[in-house]
Order: sequence, then C-alpha cells, then structure tokens
Amino acid sequence: MSGARVGVVTFPGTLDDQDAARAVRHAGATPVPLWHADRDLKGVDAVFLPGGFSYGDYLRCGAISRFSPVMEELIPAARKGLPVLGTCNGFQILCEAHLLPGALTRNAGLRYVCRDQRLRVENTATVWTSAFSPGQEIVLPIKHGEGRYVADPETIAELEANNRVVFRYLGNPNGSLNDIAGITNETGTIVGLMPHPEHAVEELTGAPSLDGRGIFTSILKHLVNA
Amino acid sequence: MARVIVDVMLKPEILDPQGQAIARALPRLGFSGVTSVRQGKRFELELDGPADEAALAEVRKIAATLLANTVIEDFTVRVE
Repeated sequence: MSGARVGVVTFPGTLDDQDAARAVRHAGATPVPLWHADRDLKGVDAVFLPGGFSYGDYLRCGAISRFSPVMEELIPAARKGLPVLGTCNGFQILCEAHLLPGALTRNAGLRYVCRDQRLRVENTATVWTSAFSPGQEIVLPIKHGEGRYVADPETIAELEANNRVVFRYLGNPNGSLNDIAGITNETGTIVGLMPHPEHAVEELTGAPSLDGRGIFTSILKHLVNA
Repeated sequence: MARVIVDVMLKPEILDPQGQAIARALPRLGFSGVTSVRQGKRFELELDGPADEAALAEVRKIAATLLANTVIEDFTVRVE
C-alpha cells in the first residue's frame, strides 16, 4: 500500500464511481470520494472523473457537470499540474471544461455501442500510461452513445504532431476522427478516453482483460516517485 | 418582457448522423425533394426586461458559455 490518495468524483447520474474507487484500491492507493456540490478536492494527489450520465446528459454530455462546484476547484488545479483522468463521461466533461481540446458527439452509427474494444497505446509518456509499452495492444470495455471524437483539422494536426493521441481504436466503433480513443494535454498530466480501464482490473467481474490495471499502476508509480 | 431565441446548430463540417437518419426516413414516408437535413436545438429565453443591446450581449454570453459548445456548434440570437 502507498499513501497515494486518488479522488473519485460523483455527480448526480455518475455510474462508475464505485468501480473506479475499487480499481484505485486494487492498485494499492486510497480512493477519496469527492462530491460534485463540494468546492473541495480534499487534498488528493490525483483525480478520477468516472463515467455515467452526469446531470442526465442534459444539454450536452458533460456540459452542466463542467460548471459544478467541484469542477470549479478541479479546473485550476488541473491546469497547475494535478493529474486528472476522465473516462467516458469523464472524458466528455474534460472536453467541455476545455482541459482537453475537441468534443465528443453522437456515434456515427447512431447506436449505443457496448463491447470489448481493441486499442493501441500510442503514448506512454503520460502519468497515466507509463506502465504500458509503446504500441502495446490492449482490450478494454466501451459503452457509450456519444463517443465520436471531433475537432477542427488544426487541432487534430496538433494532437498528432505532438504525440497527444494516447489511445487509438483498432476497429473504429463510433466514427472518431483518426480513430482517436483518448488524448492528453500538453504536459501529459490530463488524460481522457472513452474506454473503461476501471472495468478491466479483476477477472472476477468477467472483464475481457486486466489491461486496465496499467492506468492505475502508472499513476501510482508517478505519485510514489513524485 | 421580451423573448429571445437562441438557435444552436452543429458546425457545417461536423457530421450530423441524426440529421442524416431523418433525411433517409423521408422518402420512405413518401416525402420527396429533400436533399439534406441538419438537426439543431432552439432555446427560448424569457427576459424580465427589454431585449436591448445590453440584454442581447448577455444572451450571447449565455449562449457561448453554456447553450452551445463553440468547439463544434454555432449559434444565432434573435428577438421574437
């Protein structure tokens, strides 16, 4: 066990906070519940924004969550270097908050996609992906209706040129530009991805792999060495 | 009292699969002559005062902050 404390945010409509907390604990860190209405990050070392349908996905996915009190604390902290991971709805929130560029919108096929998804890890220099090897192929569950990553051509070019695409789909499930499944900020401290590493850490849950563990061992290694 | 309408549309270069699905349904329903459909959102804002330039500037701020995600959407503001 390490003393690392990872905050897990719960908004009204969040679904995956318990799995996220469990994955944090499984990796040997201490999950700290953070509540959307509290303007308090409780001194955590990193933050996990889990998936679900925060605020009912009203208006746009993540559009209202982005203005919640906990996000008003989190946004400046993340800009100063606090590690933040957003999966699924968490990724949507990070984009709405402009902590990551681009946006996630309706799947090209219009269907909600729920399946085990093959991915390639493109960037292992972020604090959330250092435990993977470059080019490693992994399998994580996906489950989303609005996961199509879009951005203007300049943003896409900038992401590609600076190795900011962290995960790429092998077999694009939603029409995302350049098969983008996950991206990072300029400094590699903030990562957003549509797939769910927190659902792939234990065989007990019928996970397609244990590949999600890499995310949690990466951040733990970073926090312990920091 | 005034009513201000904010229309939000996906930017032209962003794929709109919902609009495409609607367009594909039209011929099946016997409607012809529609070559494309784009789906957007309409917001009706009731103001407690007149829709003067200051109020409209405030509405544009609301639209840019919350109603539209200007990364992928455009908006227009008009008084009804």
